[in-house]
Amino acid sequence: MLRFINHTSSITNLQFPRHLLHTISSPPLPVSNYATSSSINLSNAFSRCFESVYGGRRLHTATSARNDVDQLSTETPLQQELDFPGGRVKFTAKPVFTSSSSEERTPCYRVLNDNGQPIVDGDSVKISKELAVKMYTNMVTLQVMDTIFYEAQRQGRISFYLTTIGEEAINIASAAALNDNDFVFPQYREPGVLLWRGFALQDFADQLFGNKNDNGKGRQMPIHYGSRKHNYVTVSSTVGTQIPQAVGAAYSLKMEKHDACTVTYFGDGGSSTGDFHAAMNFAAVMEVPVIFFCRNNGWAISTPINDQLRSDGIVVRGKAYGIPSIRVDGNDALAIYSAVHKARKMAIEEQTPVLIEALTYRAGHHSTSDDSTKYRPVDEIERWRGDQNPLNRFRKWIETKGWWSDEAESEHRSRIRKQLSQAIQAAERVEKPPISDIFSDVYDVPSKNLTEQETFLRRTIHKHAQDYPSNVPM
Amino acid sequence: MASIFQGVGATTALSSSTSIDTKKFQLSSRRFFSVRRASFVVVRSGGDKRDSGSNRIGGRADQLVTNAVATKADTPAASTASKPGHELLLFEALREGLEEEMERDAHVCVIGEDVGHYGGSYKVTKGLADKYGDLRVLDTPIAENSFTGMGIGAAMCGLRPIIEGMNMGFLLLAFNQISNNCGMLHYTSGGQFKIPVVIRGPGGVGRQLGAEHSQRLESYFQSIPGIQMVACSTPYNAKGLMKAAIRSDNPVILFEHVLLYNLKERIPDEEYVLNLEEAEMVRPGEHVTILTYSRMRYHVMQAAKTLVNKGYDPEVIDIRSLKPFDLYTIGNSIKKTHRVLIVEECMRTGGIGASLTAAITENFHDYLDAPIVCLSSQDVPTPYAGTLEEWTVVQPPQIVAAVEQLCR
Repeated sequence: MLRFINHTSSITNLQFPRHLLHTISSPPLPVSNYATSSSINLSNAFSRCFESVYGGRRLHTATSARNDVDQLSTETPLQQELDFPGGRVKFTAKPVFTSSSSEERTPCYRVLNDNGQPIVDGDSVKISKELAVKMYTNMVTLQVMDTIFYEAQRQGRISFYLTTIGEEAINIASAAALNDNDFVFPQYREPGVLLWRGFALQDFADQLFGNKNDNGKGRQMPIHYGSRKHNYVTVSSTVGTQIPQAVGAAYSLKMEKHDACTVTYFGDGGSSTGDFHAAMNFAAVMEVPVIFFCRNNGWAISTPINDQLRSDGIVVRGKAYGIPSIRVDGNDALAIYSAVHKARKMAIEEQTPVLIEALTYRAGHHSTSDDSTKYRPVDEIERWRGDQNPLNRFRKWIETKGWWSDEAESEHRSRIRKQLSQAIQAAERVEKPPISDIFSDVYDVPSKNLTEQETFLRRTIHKHAQDYPSNVPM
Repeated sequence: MASIFQGVGATTALSSSTSIDTKKFQLSSRRFFSVRRASFVVVRSGGDKRDSGSNRIGGRADQLVTNAVATKADTPAASTASKPGHELLLFEALREGLEEEMERDAHVCVIGEDVGHYGGSYKVTKGLADKYGDLRVLDTPIAENSFTGMGIGAAMCGLRPIIEGMNMGFLLLAFNQISNNCGMLHYTSGGQFKIPVVIRGPGGVGRQLGAEHSQRLESYFQSIPGIQMVACSTPYNAKGLMKAAIRSDNPVILFEHVLLYNLKERIPDEEYVLNLEEAEMVRPGEHVTILTYSRMRYHVMQAAKTLVNKGYDPEVIDIRSLKPFDLYTIGNSIKKTHRVLIVEECMRTGGIGASLTAAITENFHDYLDAPIVCLSSQDVPTPYAGTLEEWTVVQPPQIVAAVEQLCR
């Protein structure tokens, strides 16, 4: 027996026969037609019932409706549409199910081809030489930073690290298209946004080593950066919780009528969380200026995209919630820049959320605790590190414009490498945060029980001074 | 007070079930107790203490009495006696506090289900949407985790949201955001981002609301570091705590009770804000300290009437601050009475009473003359049937019996 969807409307309160026929009208799709002659009659009968209700005439009861069916002639005009809660809906006499997916996937916006050449008839925001060079150099810095910090973890100098390899364009180009006062709610693979906004290499190193210069006072794991000054909210390890927070922040921007938006990043895995769906829904209902940026990099630790979702990526979900969306080539810096630039304008001027899905590849391991060769082929990783590498494509473009050269490249890389090793050495030597930082900031002012606990801890340390690490100040 | 009690003792007018067996009392007393009481005549719980203590404790008792009304005298204006004030119901008091704070600070906003034009399921936000607009009194779709997350994000950006859970039990869905972000982000961000949210809603056992709508969330939330918890019980403290919670820069969870919304009281006209970390002395006494909060306060006071008739003098403290506990007020009381009875609505395992028992034992063990007795609900989901539901909640006769047992 076919199952029908019941709309919530006053109609359903009436005594209709149980097999209330509602179909969702949609553009014609190749789906098998379940209509049989009897059901066509039934649908005509029900349409007549709707007609009578709509016309305000005497309502049919269940029995009388069935009598109508028996006495019906086959050709009655189908009522065109009805005013349901939520808007007018057209009827159809055929029980057609919408397909689980469109025949064609949502197209992907790109500006540069695989060889870094602009696509003919492309439409993108023009950027200046300064901006282009700044973007590229930041991408290189990000890549070098990732490599060196990853090595530092392997050498045991830091406990943990997580790279952004393959997603440099997403990080830098999206940050470049935003304003500094746009609030950022990151997942954890977006240090490039901080880098763009001026977070120094030394600041990154301090957080990784958890020393007393760290903004977070050494309280979080490595890569959990956060900086109020740069409008970048501290990374929280939980997946997807930042998404509704970004919507809330956008709500506050809307209330205070700021000329700014919020941006939140998450991966394909993060888009499966409950928070993502509710946040998208909220943002659409409240009409707030938030950009949902999904980094679809194909992998959620070891879960490939096909085990994560069965929709056409994440971009189609925007439509489900009533949010304008775009799919973008995540390894094309210019495409990302244009898309985010337009999205920001739309979000603020029209006070609407926007969804951007960037298709890319997580070319590195999930983190230093992961070895991705265990679940994916090495040649796949190599391929994406090669031709699709975002840096290569962008570099080719700026070089053809005469804005970059091999010398500039090697000079920049060696300079950054030097800065990084100095930063790491310096960060290693700096003291850790003091003991009192265990207890401060839990509340605005430490509560009595916390003060007691601190006293107890200090007494214990004093008693067993030899067991206490020497580089943690009291 | 003293005269009543001594009279009772002398004439043995007590019923058999409550007769004070002096020998038994002496023998069963603890070592520290007998050391303290060695020089005194046979025990009447309280009687001796008052006499013996009058030099030592009496002074403090006087201070305590002052302290007892301190919560009211704390208010900037004069005591309630001088001004008539106005009468209102508890939910109206909450609304008044909320409205005053929204008027005072444009950053204060309300987020919750049906809080806007519907006015809130318990009418706490009635009329606010008309006054302040849809954006400041925001209706949300049904996704507690997400609108709590939204409130946290808005708070980090400068707003001061009050997040309403239609029923506290629904906030279980918001547990992730509350524990992992609300409580933690101020700390993990190194103090860069503060989260001045107030999370409030009705909880506790109502009238046949079923197991899922009769939850006591305070026991689940109490371990979360970084949050404060308060429970209101009267219109006076409801308004004061609401205002204090909104003004606090810490995330505060304000527990209301479904059955207390229609309590009526006369509250001052002038503005007042209560201290979030202070307990309330409901009835000073000498024989036993009864610690309670929220609805159980009323069961305790009802039991207190019976107890007074029987000649006991219980000291009733509404602890109000569930996290952190006001161990100062509680401690002073225990040092005076030496007996503690905790009456709570939480389940026996892992409830507020369990934590309070541990805290008291740790801090005031030497002052106790008897083990702490904790009356709580059983570890069962709350049944729907009225008669069964009644007996999962602590009732006044049980409280009376417990005090009598404790004071033997």
